[in-house]
Amino acid sequence: MYISRRAKIFLATLTFGTLSFIYLPLVVVALNSFNPSRTFSWPPQSLSTVWWGRLTESNGVLPAIGSSIKVGLGATAIALILGTCIAFAVSRYSFYGKSTLSLLVIFPIALPGIITGIALNTTFHTFLDPLNKQLALWTVVVGHATFCIVVVYNNVLARLRRLGQSLEEASQDLGANIFQTFRYITFPLVRSALVAGGLLAFALSFDEIVVTTFTAGPGTETLPQWIFNNLFRPNQAPIVNVVATLLIVLFIFPVWLSQRMSQDGSAGGRL
Amino acid sequence: MQANRVNTWLYRHKGARAALLLALPVLWLAFAYLGSLAVMLLSSLWSVDSFTGNTVHSLSFTNFHTLITQRVYSAIAIRSIGVAVAVTLIDGLLAIPIALFISKVLKPRFRSVVIALVLVPLWASYLVKTYAWRSMFADGGVISWVLKPFGIQGPGFGLAATTITLAYLWLPYMILPIYAGMDRLPNSLLEASSDLGASASKTFTSVILPIIYPAIIAGSIFTFSLSLGDYIVVKIVGGTTQLVANVIADNVGTAGNLPFAAAMALLPIGTILGYLFVVRRSGALENF
Repeated sequence: MYISRRAKIFLATLTFGTLSFIYLPLVVVALNSFNPSRTFSWPPQSLSTVWWGRLTESNGVLPAIGSSIKVGLGATAIALILGTCIAFAVSRYSFYGKSTLSLLVIFPIALPGIITGIALNTTFHTFLDPLNKQLALWTVVVGHATFCIVVVYNNVLARLRRLGQSLEEASQDLGANIFQTFRYITFPLVRSALVAGGLLAFALSFDEIVVTTFTAGPGTETLPQWIFNNLFRPNQAPIVNVVATLLIVLFIFPVWLSQRMSQDGSAGGRL
Repeated sequence: MQANRVNTWLYRHKGARAALLLALPVLWLAFAYLGSLAVMLLSSLWSVDSFTGNTVHSLSFTNFHTLITQRVYSAIAIRSIGVAVAVTLIDGLLAIPIALFISKVLKPRFRSVVIALVLVPLWASYLVKTYAWRSMFADGGVISWVLKPFGIQGPGFGLAATTITLAYLWLPYMILPIYAGMDRLPNSLLEASSDLGASASKTFTSVILPIIYPAIIAGSIFTFSLSLGDYIVVKIVGGTTQLVANVIADNVGTAGNLPFAAAMALLPIGTILGYLFVVRRSGALENF
């Protein structure tokens, strides 16, 4: 197709204009974290690291990071086990309801978080209230694990499909039993897909706020909840900018790493 | 010895191996998760005793009656669907030319770089991206600073800010499927079209658009349902705007009326399922 020079210039301007529009707000947050003013009138009159120095003084950030890490690790562990199991079952066996199951895995992430959140909240209350138990950190882990399964599943399934079964068959023909084949052949081949899926699951859990809000008990606060609770408080806003900037930087790295490790999917299961 | 026997038994029983793999995930997803959804649907028929604040587990259609008869809720529903449609249109109008540029104009070696530029912010924290728009729309923020010399006031927090922020958040979800669709479209088709005398715009409307149509629908499923289910954005940049999702959230949180929230949640679920049902025939769902 012949695209005129003017049309090409128009398309290029639109593309790069939109791309800079995608990055602009993130840059503004990063710059504001160095803005010494409490009100963030734009543009910043000067730059300083005063808020960065107060990061650890601010109450609540470190415990919030702590519970986010706990939840992330718990949810990732569960998602790794369940996601891998489903991926193996779907790629290696045929069974009744296989297509339903592969749809069901996507459900928790396809439905809005608020639906998953309320559904789990109602169920937890229905079962915990009679026992006089309250929502706690473990209920958040259950909620996060439910929607993290799909990223592990996608990564491992893509790897298993690419590998095929010939290596495993060769191993068994040479006399290895099921466990040996898994330990020496299959596991090393899917290991990097597991790492990639695990990193993405952790990132997804670390970022989640909606499901957290509806499944967390009183007194439990993850980092996104801390940001959300503090961003309306004028006194805390500067620290929120610092935490937000840290998150932007910290997030890009594991995701970039997992993209390099998986090499299977484009968006690593978020799409 | 024991391990050997287990191994032999497993080797002979393929069904048992599959069952072992599936037991835990099916318990988790089919019973715990789907069960929760079912409990939620059922709870929309419960009510809350306004005196004690306890949930009354007897079935009635009171919640739905309130939703249908009170004007304010139909206004909220129409507004929410309007926002979701507007976000989808904005993202579609931006994503189609961008995808066209990346897949058909840009040289292949730059393609993966630009796609990576689109992908990276997808993984930056969702909350941080939303928060970032708060500093854009705030009084004395970047937008009012840019518009000031022209004598225009920024939109401030409200419906416009909500729509723009949602469109910003979900744009990559629209670009990526459309890009994938265009990338699969062979250049020879486009050359054939222009050899037969079609102008660039004619080629676009009669060759490119019909072929990437399922990809556009696939992207719109994301932008539409993500917008309809989001309440964080409304809370952060929406000012006093009321959309379905934040009314649901407020009913769970401050009002403590879970059954009413569950009844209201049927609106986004129903709309999303209805949308999926309508677009099912386009073939968009097979892309997943």
